[in-house]
Amino acid sequence: MNVRGAIAIFNNELARFFRTVFGSLLSPVLTTSLYFIVFGAAIGSRMQDVGGVSYGAFIVPGLLMLTLLSESTSNASFGIYMPRFTGAIYELLSAPVGVAETLIGFVGAAAMKSLIIAGIILVTAMLFVDYSIAHPVLAVGYIVLVASAFSLFGFILGIWADGFERLSIIPMLVLTPLTFLGGTFYSVDMLEEPWRTVAQFNPVFYLVNGLRWTFTGSADVSIGLAFGMTLGFVVLCVAVIAVIFRTGWRLRG
Amino acid sequence: MTDPILDIRNLSKTYKGGTTALAGVDLQIRKGEIFALLGPNGAGKTTLIGAVCGLLRPSGGTIEAFGLDVERHWREVRRRIGLVPQELAFDMFARVEHAVNYSRGMFGCPPNPARIEEVLRSLSLWDKRDARIMELSGGMKRRVMIAKALSHDPDVLFLDEPTAGVDVELRRDMWRQIGALRDRGTTIILTTHYIEEAQEMADRVGVINRGRLLLVDDKATIMAKLGSTEARIVLAEPLAGLPPALAQYPVSLEDDGRRLVYRGGDGTGKGKREAAEVIRTLVAEGIAFEEIDTRESSLEDIFVDLVERGEVPA
Ligand SMILES: Nc1ncnc2c1ncn2[C@@H]1O[C@H](COP(=O)(O)OP(=O)(O)OP(=O)(O)O)[C@@H](O)[C@H]1O
Ligand SMILES: [Mg+2]
Repeated sequence: MNVRGAIAIFNNELARFFRTVFGSLLSPVLTTSLYFIVFGAAIGSRMQDVGGVSYGAFIVPGLLMLTLLSESTSNASFGIYMPRFTGAIYELLSAPVGVAETLIGFVGAAAMKSLIIAGIILVTAMLFVDYSIAHPVLAVGYIVLVASAFSLFGFILGIWADGFERLSIIPMLVLTPLTFLGGTFYSVDMLEEPWRTVAQFNPVFYLVNGLRWTFTGSADVSIGLAFGMTLGFVVLCVAVIAVIFRTGWRLRG
Repeated sequence: MTDPILDIRNLSKTYKGGTTALAGVDLQIRKGEIFALLGPNGAGKTTLIGAVCGLLRPSGGTIEAFGLDVERHWREVRRRIGLVPQELAFDMFARVEHAVNYSRGMFGCPPNPARIEEVLRSLSLWDKRDARIMELSGGMKRRVMIAKALSHDPDVLFLDEPTAGVDVELRRDMWRQIGALRDRGTTIILTTHYIEEAQEMADRVGVINRGRLLLVDDKATIMAKLGSTEARIVLAEPLAGLPPALAQYPVSLEDDGRRLVYRGGDGTGKGKREAAEVIRTLVAEGIAFEEIDTRESSLEDIFVDLVERGEVPA
């Protein structure tokens, strides 16, 4: 493997992030702060506790998941779409860089960026709500896994997209609604049938509840199932990317 | 050819839309030479380079570089090849030195600030090393592309129209630098529309049109074969026939004897010499003339010539 190549790509991608660090951080931090102000501090103070935790603390994992999914996806998709768009991808294609180097470089850097943002959001959340993390090691592990999974997904999106609209369409039309409906703001117990059953078909429901379990120690879904599903998604994405590289789809004409 | 550094056999490429850009190209490149690929727009030059450098998948044929199949041994092969594409393409916000270091790293080379400085200095970019690429002029951007391609010290360098849109002075400068690279032992394959450029730099020239290599030869041979001079001399009085003194030259009378036309010579200057001799002869014979118009054959003429000789499926 071309280790130096992988590191070079990783560093270059992070350098791109830090070049615009203010903008990259400001928007997710501002958005989540608004959620915390509205749902955590304002509305939350009038809500009953959910499963023994305050409503403000209840929504922290869901909002974190919302940011993780959208940031990982958009960072990774833009990271690979931009060189395709400008033509700078020629260098990558002509370099001794294969699937492994690309994944470490592009996907690793995208995941790293969203982890940095996730950390900052958790710190920001402390300003608005009082929360604790029941299983910190599992929480970190799960956050890293989700960031990797959706960075892989974003990478595929960035290769598939043939226009800027397509890049934002999936996060906007699929990820955000699924996350909102995936139990970010409520527990399934609060839903009436048939919505309670419908919720079980939303994959993001498992992600949100998996993360919530690591925070509060209880959730609508077991942590094992959530981990397993996310890991399965990682494997699926890696397989898709391997096929893309083998066939050169959208990369080599 | 003994041990070519690049060995292309029966290479073909048909794009998804159905365009056949390469129709069975055979080409061997010698180690250490400068090879110029000449051809009009759409001839298949960029496609040929793309196939060697891994930018696209050939539809058929084989490519070996350094004796290795480029698909099977892509890692080893790509490490040793540099590419300057036709179009400017990079992260415009990156700074020059960062971009060049990044390229070096991507090709798996350890950082080497001294070598990068050398490359940047040789391309007169050292003063601009901290500038964002978007702040550079077009010619400077092109040189950044070259610096990136040189950053990992490739053994084979592809230059896809290195001097397109570059002013005359910079063009001469680039020719000089390409010569210096050759002196270091780098094999260079460049494409161009300018026959002058091929003439100036190349050891060998290949002419490509519609995905086929029409001919590949030493520059001297090709110029001798294809180059020609045309001199049109408008006479003061029409001539009824050619003076015997001009019989040894490829001249003819046109426009009812009012114009004497010399068409001949080759790319070695023979045509210009002969045209001068024709004029001296006219003076010696006391034949008055009013205008002289001479021109050297252009690439276009060469193509027309090749088509007329039936070497191109028109
Ligand atoms: N990605 C592509 N998809 C479809 N057709 C293509 C593609 N790239 C090139 N072609 C076609 O292949 C043919 C050869 O193109 P190529 O770019 O290799 O020519 P060229 O010799 O480099 O021309 P130029 O001197 O204009 O750069 C052209 O007919 C072109 O339209
Ligand atoms: Mg071209």
